[in-house]
Amino acid sequence: MNKEKKQLSQSPWALFWRHFRRNRTAMTGGLILVLFYTLAFFADFFAPYGMETQNRMLFNSPPTRPHFFDSTGKFHIRPFVYGKDLVDKKWTKYADDTSRIYPIKFGVRGDTYKFFGLISSNWHLFGVGGEGRIFLIGTDQYGRDVLSRLLFGARISLSVGLVGILLSFVFGMLAGGISGYFGGFTDTVIMRFTELIMSVPGLYLILALRAAFPMEIPSDRMYLIIVAILSFISWAGMSRIIRGMTLSLKENDYVTAARALGLGHLRIIVRHILPNTLSFVIVAATVSVPGYILGEVALSFLGVGIAEPVASWGNMLQQAQSIRVLTSFPWILAPGYVIFITVLAFNFLGDGLRDALDPRKILEAK
Amino acid sequence: MKTYILKRLLHMIPLLLGITFFSFMIISFAPGDYLTDMSQNPQVSAQTIEDLRTQFGLDRPWYIQYAKWLWNASHLDFGYSFANQVPVFTLIRERMFNTLLLALSAALFAWGLSIPLGIISAVRQNTWVDRSASFVSFLGLSIPEVFFALLMVLFAAKTKLFPVGGMKSIDFEYMSYPAQIINLLHHLILPTIVLGSISMAGRMRQMRANLLETLLQDYIQTARAKGLSDRVVIYKHALRNAINPLITLFGFTLAGLLSGAFLVEVVMSWPGLGRLTLDALFSRDLYLVMGSLLMASVMLIIGNLVADILLALSDPRIRYE
Repeated sequence: MNKEKKQLSQSPWALFWRHFRRNRTAMTGGLILVLFYTLAFFADFFAPYGMETQNRMLFNSPPTRPHFFDSTGKFHIRPFVYGKDLVDKKWTKYADDTSRIYPIKFGVRGDTYKFFGLISSNWHLFGVGGEGRIFLIGTDQYGRDVLSRLLFGARISLSVGLVGILLSFVFGMLAGGISGYFGGFTDTVIMRFTELIMSVPGLYLILALRAAFPMEIPSDRMYLIIVAILSFISWAGMSRIIRGMTLSLKENDYVTAARALGLGHLRIIVRHILPNTLSFVIVAATVSVPGYILGEVALSFLGVGIAEPVASWGNMLQQAQSIRVLTSFPWILAPGYVIFITVLAFNFLGDGLRDALDPRKILEAK
Repeated sequence: MKTYILKRLLHMIPLLLGITFFSFMIISFAPGDYLTDMSQNPQVSAQTIEDLRTQFGLDRPWYIQYAKWLWNASHLDFGYSFANQVPVFTLIRERMFNTLLLALSAALFAWGLSIPLGIISAVRQNTWVDRSASFVSFLGLSIPEVFFALLMVLFAAKTKLFPVGGMKSIDFEYMSYPAQIINLLHHLILPTIVLGSISMAGRMRQMRANLLETLLQDYIQTARAKGLSDRVVIYKHALRNAINPLITLFGFTLAGLLSGAFLVEVVMSWPGLGRLTLDALFSRDLYLVMGSLLMASVMLIIGNLVADILLALSDPRIRYE
């Protein structure tokens, strides 16, 4: 009896959480994303080298393998890497020099960085001392550590999704709410405009909008432009759905009551109608974040997005467009795997959220 | 029905007007034009540039240019491509065919696989077949096109089983007719798989959900109670009803594939509209950009129109609205 009562008095959020926690794939997706965003946030610390640190003598180097046993068969408790030399210039072949041994250390001093331009430090999670280098994934054509660039690139590629979602959803919800609430002429104008946006194939529209800006733009400004463009093309679909929901929500008695109390239109829309669309919006937002990430990747990949030397997952993949690079140095595809995992994680999370926020599904599970 | 289609066709006109107006405006905002790049060339005199500018009408304000362009476009004259020195329409026509070919073949691939797979996973719900199919569909939904295309290029280059990009072999012109077709199909396979996989995953999940829902209906229970075999119940009674909503989605699939083809075309060097547009943007070839933007939109709108017509055919409520 007592237990039943406890269950009944749970808030919707507690119910949601209880249900969501049980979904293992969704939890995995969520944890992966927490991990990725943390890595991206503290990229300076987690990356063994700086984003632009070049090793001209170690370009296109394959992944460095950590060893426990040296060439004489002696066991080392601390894993180490060998020094590496370019032996074949034409085919870019490297050989380990087993006489040079560099142990891997944690919490080492390395390239100096300024954490978000504020705190200066040279503390890195791991690294090797002296002349040694450790490239766990390999290096690119300038001898830059791919792992480090992946971590720094994640800052751009992962945040584009969050910032973009915020912009387009706020705008899409407002436009949809206003359109559905007022109806008539306002509705027609907004909806015709969204129709216009949705009638041009995605990438064609993105590129046309991109063409309005000069080809070469500093990366920080380019970042804002990319976010703005991607949000601009995505708010349309959102606002059409919110409009549909508003149309039915505004018939509710509490809206009439709010109007009778003399509340302003905008207040009714923002405080009384839009919150009711929230469970839908959360799911929609989660599953549409990958769209922004892929949008940035596409733009940078096509050479009109974030430009070198700043790293983004898209422009890192650009090098793979040459078949020779692709077949000889396949580790250059690393960003592709990471994008794949990220999108997968978002889809798992979104699926779990949808189930957990759907009251019918929760009842079924009971 | 006729009035409905007519209404929808008329609806296209303001839509296309709006699209061309806004895109023309946006592109004109861009600093410089094709001739600005040309004027960097010391071999071209300033006088020539001026003459060309007048000839192309680039010296006028953008809205006059737009009015002129629109007038010509309504006569199917989309202007000249600056960079290629040929009418835009000639360039686009061929590329559009290639893009359509790729999109159609991807659609066929996606539908041919997704419907049987969806049926199997619905009929064997919660077995390992269903679980692995839904896992694969999640992978298909999540794999980035660029990455998938690059992997396929890598695969082709390593195994030499498929051509590495392109649409025709170098000696295509010297082949016999059947050999040409085989050559084309051979080139078509990998891009089709890349482009088709993504929509396949989505359709499969829909097919599965539809069939599962239909199988819960009363008439299915009746059919089972009558003692009909499982096969007859599923294929004769349930499937026909479950597949109906999917048919209407065909148009939307096609529309989605057309825009999705862009990246596949670029990575796998498929000579389609996407590649053309990208090059035109880089060289600021105004009329070519406008032409391909317009054509891509027309294809998308027609795809949606087909979807709506199919929807209207299957649902009388929409027809008489």
